[in-house]
Amino acid sequence: MKSWSLLTLVGADQAGIVARVTESLAAADCELGETSMMRMGCNFAMMLRVSHDNQDLDGLLENVCADLNLHLHVDEDADGACAITEPDVNITVYGADRSGIVAEVTNSLAAAGLNIIDLETAIAGTKDKPIYIMTIEGQALQGVDALNDAAAKISKGVELNIVPIQTLRA
Amino acid sequence: MTVLDIIHYPDERLKQESENIESFDQSLKDFVDDLEETRLAGPGAVGIAAPQVGHAKRIAIVDVSGLKKPVDNHGYLLMINPEITNWEGMEKGREGCLSVPDFTGNVIRAEKIKIRFQGVDGEWTEFETHGYEARAIQHEIDHLDGMLFLDRLVSRRTDLFQRKSYK
Repeated sequence: MKSWSLLTLVGADQAGIVARVTESLAAADCELGETSMMRMGCNFAMMLRVSHDNQDLDGLLENVCADLNLHLHVDEDADGACAITEPDVNITVYGADRSGIVAEVTNSLAAAGLNIIDLETAIAGTKDKPIYIMTIEGQALQGVDALNDAAAKISKGVELNIVPIQTLRA
Repeated sequence: MTVLDIIHYPDERLKQESENIESFDQSLKDFVDDLEETRLAGPGAVGIAAPQVGHAKRIAIVDVSGLKKPVDNHGYLLMINPEITNWEGMEKGREGCLSVPDFTGNVIRAEKIKIRFQGVDGEWTEFETHGYEARAIQHEIDHLDGMLFLDRLVSRRTDLFQRKSYK
């Protein structure tokens, strides 16, 4: 009987992390589901859903983690068959960088029914005048108009563009 | 009329280039009827192309007139031997495909296109279209060229900032 786990691995970035980790998993007949892996600052962060035969994943990855100096965290992931949720709204946010942009925007939008599926942020601009950029894909559970109303109340200096996603099926 | 079987990737026939239609006969009309029946059976499908039922011919159907959120459209479009003759602009949108169940992804398409194609009796039509209908037509013509939206996926991080529309 296969079970699902959610693995989180974080460490200083270097070439070969994905190759080594996934090679160890494949060699033990673990199968990957959804994954998200990215460089963040000088770190590399990986999240992987893994299907396996009740194996000891900590033990399985012990050597690789020691070699590459990665921190590993394993969670059970019972909801392996969780229905795929699709975004129906795309939101881009940007403005002069200051503390609290993400908190203000996401609190306002959450109160207006936004369920975030995917969110990424970056700092750009010049060193003396940095800007903050955020992209969100989510579900507008109370409709896009409710999000627009909430966006209108967000502080000046933060630009929000809320665009419905009309998925094409063909 | 018959609902035909939709073939799914990795069926290699989805990666083949389709052939032009030369004779506009009764068998073509019968096939087009079956293809439309098949599209209507695919939940919410705004288009279908002959290769999706394993028929490597340059035939596609697009109809975006029935969306819950209406978009500009030219109604039911049967496109035989279609060609895009002009492209303008770029727009990111989310697409799914009857031949790739359980996945949707972001694809960049031309915002505005000029299209010419033949009808069921061989007569040519040409017009410009934009937005959602243009996207659907590009998706279907890709099928005729052995391309899937998977061939055009853009990274989650690739984002085109939406332009505000000025009138």
